[in-house]
Amino acid sequence: MDAVSPEGRVNLNMDGQPSTEADWAVGKSTVEIKNVSKAYGDEWDLDQVITNLDVTVAPGELTVIVGPSGCGKSTLVNLIAGFEQPDTGEVLLDGKIVTGPARDRMVVFQETALIPWQTTYQNVVFGPKLRGDLKGKALKAEAERLLVKVGLGEFVHKYPIQLSGGMQRRAELARALINNPNIMIMDEPFRGLDAMSRGLMQEFFLRLFEENRRTNLFVTSEIDEAIFLADSLVILSNKPASVRKVIKIDLPRPRDYKMLSSPEAYEYKREAMEILHEEAMKNFAADADSGDFAESFRKR
Amino acid sequence: MADVAQSSHAHAVPRKRTRFEKFRQNESLRRGVTAIVVFLLLWELGSRFDEIFGKAWTLPGIGLIPPPTDVAVAWLGVLPKPGYWWSWVASFRRVMTGFIAAMVLGIPFGLMLAVNKYFRDIFFPPFEILRPIPPLAWVPASLIFWPTNEMSIAFVTFLGAFFTIVINVLGGARTIDVRYLRAAQSMGASQWDLFSKIILPGTLPSIFTGAAVGMGITWEVVLAAEMISGGGTQGGGGLGFFIWNSYMGGSLEQIVVGMISIGIAGYLCSSAIRWLGHYFMPWRRLF
Ligand SMILES: Nc1ncnc2c1ncn2[C@@H]1O[C@H](COP(=O)(O)OP(=O)(O)OP(=O)(O)O)[C@@H](O)[C@H]1O
Ligand SMILES: [Mg+2]
Repeated sequence: MDAVSPEGRVNLNMDGQPSTEADWAVGKSTVEIKNVSKAYGDEWDLDQVITNLDVTVAPGELTVIVGPSGCGKSTLVNLIAGFEQPDTGEVLLDGKIVTGPARDRMVVFQETALIPWQTTYQNVVFGPKLRGDLKGKALKAEAERLLVKVGLGEFVHKYPIQLSGGMQRRAELARALINNPNIMIMDEPFRGLDAMSRGLMQEFFLRLFEENRRTNLFVTSEIDEAIFLADSLVILSNKPASVRKVIKIDLPRPRDYKMLSSPEAYEYKREAMEILHEEAMKNFAADADSGDFAESFRKR
Repeated sequence: MADVAQSSHAHAVPRKRTRFEKFRQNESLRRGVTAIVVFLLLWELGSRFDEIFGKAWTLPGIGLIPPPTDVAVAWLGVLPKPGYWWSWVASFRRVMTGFIAAMVLGIPFGLMLAVNKYFRDIFFPPFEILRPIPPLAWVPASLIFWPTNEMSIAFVTFLGAFFTIVINVLGGARTIDVRYLRAAQSMGASQWDLFSKIILPGTLPSIFTGAAVGMGITWEVVLAAEMISGGGTQGGGGLGFFIWNSYMGGSLEQIVVGMISIGIAGYLCSSAIRWLGHYFMPWRRLF
């Protein structure tokens, strides 16, 4: 992936004019989730999805959340993004309670959420255009810089449906990055890609992160992916989700794929697998009938 | 970067695709023409069967219908008559009045139902009770209610398209993926932005589906209403009355001329809607 070029990065001052400063001042937010619970449904048919969950996403770190399918990972993302409110407990962003969505937290959704009636370019400039904080030539230059960076320079005027799965994911990265959020939240962004493009996307994404270490929360159900990317690995229990274990992943950066076969990585994997397996077995033993299977398949 | 800057002027749909489309359309055109020619030949043969094989061989059904050549002769007969063309104008005017009124009122109404819960709670139940009533069941009531025949035809026509358009707009707007709205919200969209940049364009496909179906219903209703109300006295007959008149006059050929005229008129209208749909929804051309 030569898309990540070491080209000089453009910074924008108050007038929206590029300035000569070397780098974005990338905000590095802290997210604290304190004793959060969330349920869906009515009183008499309560579906407890998250119970007493405590997590801290440290500034400048890549925190990866793994958990069994359907355990409530996307629900947690919705709470942090501010799309939904917790029943009890609180979600704090740099010490302030999250009350709704804002551009300081950008979400890359589980399936593509590019707007189908906008071209790649229109999708990318959507946010700045709405707010009017980046305009005209400066906006165009910045959008094109990001699109070239994610390797979509040739696909600027294609509609999402004309892009491959991997390209859609990269377009979405560009759309999030142009808003210069203080934290990126990615909900299983590479699910559904074939193994090859998935590997490439992971490496690409890692380069992007290591460039400026913007606070990042990354949700996945794939253990190799989790260990490859993470500074901090949060393992969730089965539904209702709470934190089972937090593992610090002390692999050196910049990372490459070969590290996954190192003894340290293997040890992390073994430890994580053991917990995940335990959780999966609990689910299996408790009430695994075909109805559950159908349910989780539907909610997939 | 220079490439990117230049290609931004190019149209969203690349050239290659357009050529391919043209080629494909020609192919379809060829098949379409062949199909119509074969259909006409079979029809001609079917209705002239008895002339070829003798009286005993009159085919049931088709044997009683005039052959296309006779219809063509009858058509040539009415073509120079202004009355025939006035029928077209009258029917078109009615269809357009009802259809446009239904679009103008139906689209905002459907969108309001979709985005506002209070509005939906209040207006959806009565709407759902009125919706199953077929447009033609409204005819007697509207003949009594409206002062002129013309107005009652317009009203019934309007109803025919209105319900279909509203239900399509409502369905389309309600099924817009919540992630588009959430993504826009995160990027700082106001309520108006959400409406104009997500909900409205997201509903366009359903609006056009509703329009296409509504247009079909409008033609049905106009023609039936023209026949029922007898047309002639007020405001002129229309194609429905043209057929009715031909029936009264016993001209089988002219009845068929009237029917085919309606077919052509309907085709022109749905083509126009399709074309507009392509124009307003370039991203849908790619399917
Ligand atoms: N809006 C909602 N209304 C009712 N129930 C919901 C809603 N969203 C999620 N749930 C329920 O919460 C549970 C967790 O869903 P969630 O999507 O958060 O899981 P997940 O861990 O992201 O799963 P996956 O790995 O499949 O993406 C599921 O049982 C689901 O049925
Ligand atoms: Mg999920």
